[in-house]
Amino acid sequence: MEQSLHDLELGLLLDAIYLTYHYDFRSYAKASLTRRIRTALGHFRCATIARLQERVLREPPLFAELLRFLTVQVSEMFRDPTYYRALREQVVPYLKTYASLKIWVAGCATGEEAYSLAIMLYEEGLIDRTLIYATDINPESLRTAEEGVYRIDRFTKFTESYQLAGGRASLGDYYLAGYGGAVLDRSLKKAILFSDHSLVTDTVFAEMQFVSCRNVLIYFEKGLQERALGVLSDSLCHKGFLGLGLKETLRFSPHAVAYTELVPDVRIYRKI
Amino acid sequence: MRDLEAIVIGGSAGALDALLSILPTLPAQVLCPIILVLHLPPAQPSQLPAILSRICARTVCEAEDKVPLCDQTIYVAAPNYHLLIERDRSLSLSIDAPVHHSRPAIDVLFASAADAYGPAVAGLLLSGANEDGAEGLAQIRQAGGLAIIQDPATASFPIMPEAAIRRVGPSAHVVRLQDIGAFFNTRR
Ligand SMILES: C[S@@+](CC[C@H](N)C(=O)[O-])C[C@H]1O[C@@H](n2cnc3c(N)ncnc32)[C@H](O)[C@@H]1O
Repeated sequence: MEQSLHDLELGLLLDAIYLTYHYDFRSYAKASLTRRIRTALGHFRCATIARLQERVLREPPLFAELLRFLTVQVSEMFRDPTYYRALREQVVPYLKTYASLKIWVAGCATGEEAYSLAIMLYEEGLIDRTLIYATDINPESLRTAEEGVYRIDRFTKFTESYQLAGGRASLGDYYLAGYGGAVLDRSLKKAILFSDHSLVTDTVFAEMQFVSCRNVLIYFEKGLQERALGVLSDSLCHKGFLGLGLKETLRFSPHAVAYTELVPDVRIYRKI
Repeated sequence: MRDLEAIVIGGSAGALDALLSILPTLPAQVLCPIILVLHLPPAQPSQLPAILSRICARTVCEAEDKVPLCDQTIYVAAPNYHLLIERDRSLSLSIDAPVHHSRPAIDVLFASAADAYGPAVAGLLLSGANEDGAEGLAQIRQAGGLAIIQDPATASFPIMPEAAIRRVGPSAHVVRLQDIGAFFNTRR
């Protein structure tokens, strides 16, 4: 009884959000979404999901805040160094054969992944001919990404990962430390276009040589994963590259037939 | 006694040794899937599935996103990701912030198991040096499931089981390490 009430209320909340704000969380994986909604209930002091729904409908500013709970903004520079090392060693040589490059970071959160790629492309002499589209559905994260300012204490980990990823210089060359924050070099930002795009409700917007979509698909139910993979796939040029998170795979997907596994360990695929 | 549809297990320091002694004694009639979160150092690829395969007859594999759970199989959480069970009895991974400084966190797995299975799940909490798992086990109990805690006197690190005993209260089954396997003889 209680269980089905929870499902019912959650479904209604997601419908209400979709109808009012056009954010579609209806096919997100429910277990982790449920966990985050419970945290939100505590934060907004709502006894029930139904109560939260009522407030979301009547108080638009509350929705902006709720988005922080509905999406997961956890990111790092050079997260999974082996991924970046494989890109550098096995994808960059192909990218060098293009006169101009378009790269898409789908689900970029607060921008760490896009800046990491920009640094790698700079070191490989590719940055001047590259445009990185970095997209997300969370406007607050996109603003943070745009600013390119991160807490200074995070840079110990970032630096370690940068080195493991095969960085050619010192990460310190790319940021200026100030009052508790570190600002990434503005020249990196020049290569990146941060913008709003949803893998659920939007479609293809350009043709890319490389698409990186990491740790986003795990938040979707199976059917939605296929939909999103379709958008990523349709965005790639012939022989383009697709990178996923370490625990995301094409293996069980109908899209698998369109790809070869370039670096299976770190989920880098190449479109056939 | 209603049949179990899943067993979820959590532990930290000292839990691997406990598992190595429990798994071989687990009755063959326990068919349901077993889902496992152990706190391990995050960086290295997990050796755990290989280690556990050697000591028991069940299939042991690393948990993968959106994979349906199968009987007679042990699913081990991957390092650096939370592991959750969906209502349709498939697994989900998430990279939400660590809980109790841990990712995977036992609380996250256990709470999702309580939601997914209600009374048809058993949660087993083993040795450990922090308080992860206590809250999740309480949620399993509240949903009518079975809460089993390794007797702290038989745990290398009693903090985790002790915290769970305090949190869950008298309806938890506190079982000595050497008796845990047999405990599932009567409840499966
Ligand atoms: C865990 S973060 C991943 C950040 C980064 N890619 C990484 O791996 O470090 C997941 C991101 O996906 C975004 N996201 C969620 N739903 C999305 C959607 N429908 N379309 C695009 N991005 C989405 C979230 O807002 C969040 O920023």
